[in-house]
Amino acid sequence: MDMTLPQTAAITLTETVSAPKPPAVSEEQIVYAKLLDIGMKAGMALLVVTFAIYVLGLATPVVPLEDLPKYWSMPVGQYLAATGLGTGWSWLGLIGRGDFMNFIGIAFLSGVTILCYFRILPIPFRNREFLFSAILLLETVVLILGASGILSAGH
Amino acid sequence: MTLHRLARLASLSILVLTLLAGGLAQAADLPTEATSPEGLPWWGWAVALFVVSFGLGIVAVLGGVGGGVLFVPIVGGFFPFHLDFVRGAGLLVALAGALAAGPGLLSSGMASLRLAAPLALLASISAIAGAMIGLALPTNVVQLALGTTILGIVVLMFFAKKSEYPEVGKADNLSAALKMNGVFNDAYSGKSVDWKVHRTPQGLAMFVVIGMMAGMFGLGAGWANVPVLNLLMGAPLKVSVATSKFMLSIVDTAAAWVYLNQGAVLAIIAVPSIIGIMLGSLIGVRLLKRANASLVRKVVIVMLLLAGSRALLKGLGI
Repeated sequence: MDMTLPQTAAITLTETVSAPKPPAVSEEQIVYAKLLDIGMKAGMALLVVTFAIYVLGLATPVVPLEDLPKYWSMPVGQYLAATGLGTGWSWLGLIGRGDFMNFIGIAFLSGVTILCYFRILPIPFRNREFLFSAILLLETVVLILGASGILSAGH
Repeated sequence: MTLHRLARLASLSILVLTLLAGGLAQAADLPTEATSPEGLPWWGWAVALFVVSFGLGIVAVLGGVGGGVLFVPIVGGFFPFHLDFVRGAGLLVALAGALAAGPGLLSSGMASLRLAAPLALLASISAIAGAMIGLALPTNVVQLALGTTILGIVVLMFFAKKSEYPEVGKADNLSAALKMNGVFNDAYSGKSVDWKVHRTPQGLAMFVVIGMMAGMFGLGAGWANVPVLNLLMGAPLKVSVATSKFMLSIVDTAAAWVYLNQGAVLAIIAVPSIIGIMLGSLIGVRLLKRANASLVRKVVIVMLLLAGSRALLKGLGI
C-alpha cells in the first residue's frame, strides 16, 4: 500500500513566515552592537560626571553659570562674538574648564558611531563584499568630515 | 492603569525630581541672584529643562515618537533659549536615545545594519548639508520652516497607515546587490519572517530629504524614516521601527558634529535634556504596557499641533 502523502501545491509567498529560527545576525552587526554598547555607556558616564563637576563649581567655567541667561537667547554667531569663543575643535584647548569639560562626553557620544564603523570595516572586506565595504568606508569618511570642523556655516 | 493614575505618577516623579534638584542647588550654594529676563536663575531653567525633558521622555515612548521631534518645538517655543542651541540639544537628545537603543536592536536582529547603511550614507550627507543650511538661515525662516514641518508631521501621524508585513513581490536589483534583506524573529507572534525590500532608489531619494530636515531642524527623523522603510520600501513594521531608531545614531552623529563645531551646543541646555529624556524614557517603557497608547498618541498630536503653531507664529513674528 502506498503510504506517501499526496503532493501539495507549492505556495509562493512574498515573505516567508515560519516557525522561529535562530537569529540571523551578521558578524559585523554583532561586533558593531558590542562596541556601541560599551561606547554609549562610557559616553553617558562621562556626560554625567563632567556635568556634575560643572554645576557644582568644581572646575571654573569659561562663561560663568550666572551669566548664561545673558547669552543663551542669542544666535550662535552673536554668542561666540560676545564670549570670544572659537569654533571647530578650539574647545579642546578649554577642556579643563567646567563648561567645556562636558564636551568630552558629548564628543565621545558623537564619535562612537565613527569608532563602530572603523571597527567593522575589515569584516565585509575580508568576506569579499566590496560594495558593502565601500558603503561603510564612504560613511566613515563622511562622518569624519563632519567631525573635522572643516565644514562651516553660520548666520 | 488609568491615564489619571499615570498622570499622577508622572507629576509626582517630576515634583520629586524638582525638589531634589532645587535642594541640590541650594546645598551647593549656587548663585541665585542673577536671573534671566524671564525671572528664573540659570539653575531654575536647567531644572525646568530637566523636568520637561523627563516628561517628554515618558510621553515620547508612550506616544511612539522620538524625543527630538517633541523636544525642539516645545523647548524652542516655551524656553528662553535660542533655536540654534535648542536644535543642537535636540540632535544630541535624539542621538543619545538612538545610541542607547542601538545595541539591543542590533544584537536581537530587529534592526538591520544591511538595510540601514546605504540609506544612512545618503541621509548623513544631506543631514550635514541641512545642519549647515539651518545654521546659516535667519532664525525666523528656520522657525517658519520648523513650524510648517511640525504641522506636516501632525498630518502624517494622523493619517499615515502602517503595515505589519508589507507585501514585496520581488526585491529590486539594488537592494538585492546590497543584500538589504534578512530574517526577523517576531517574539510576539512566535514567527520567523524572511523579509526583503523594493523601491530602493525611491527610498534613497526620500532619505536625502529626511536627512536634510533632520539636520536643519535637529528633530531626529523617526517620524519620516518609519513610513518610508515600511510603506514605501516594504520592510516589516518592527524591522522598520528598529532600523529607523538605529539609523538616527548614524544620521544624527553627522549633523551633531556640525552643531558642535559651530558652537551651537551649550552644556547647560544639552546635558539636562539628554539625561532627563533618557530617564523619562526608562519610566515610559515601564508604563508602556499599562498606558492607553491611543489616548497618549492623541495627546502627542495635540502637543505637536500647539508647538508647531507656536513655532509658525514666532517665525511670522506674531
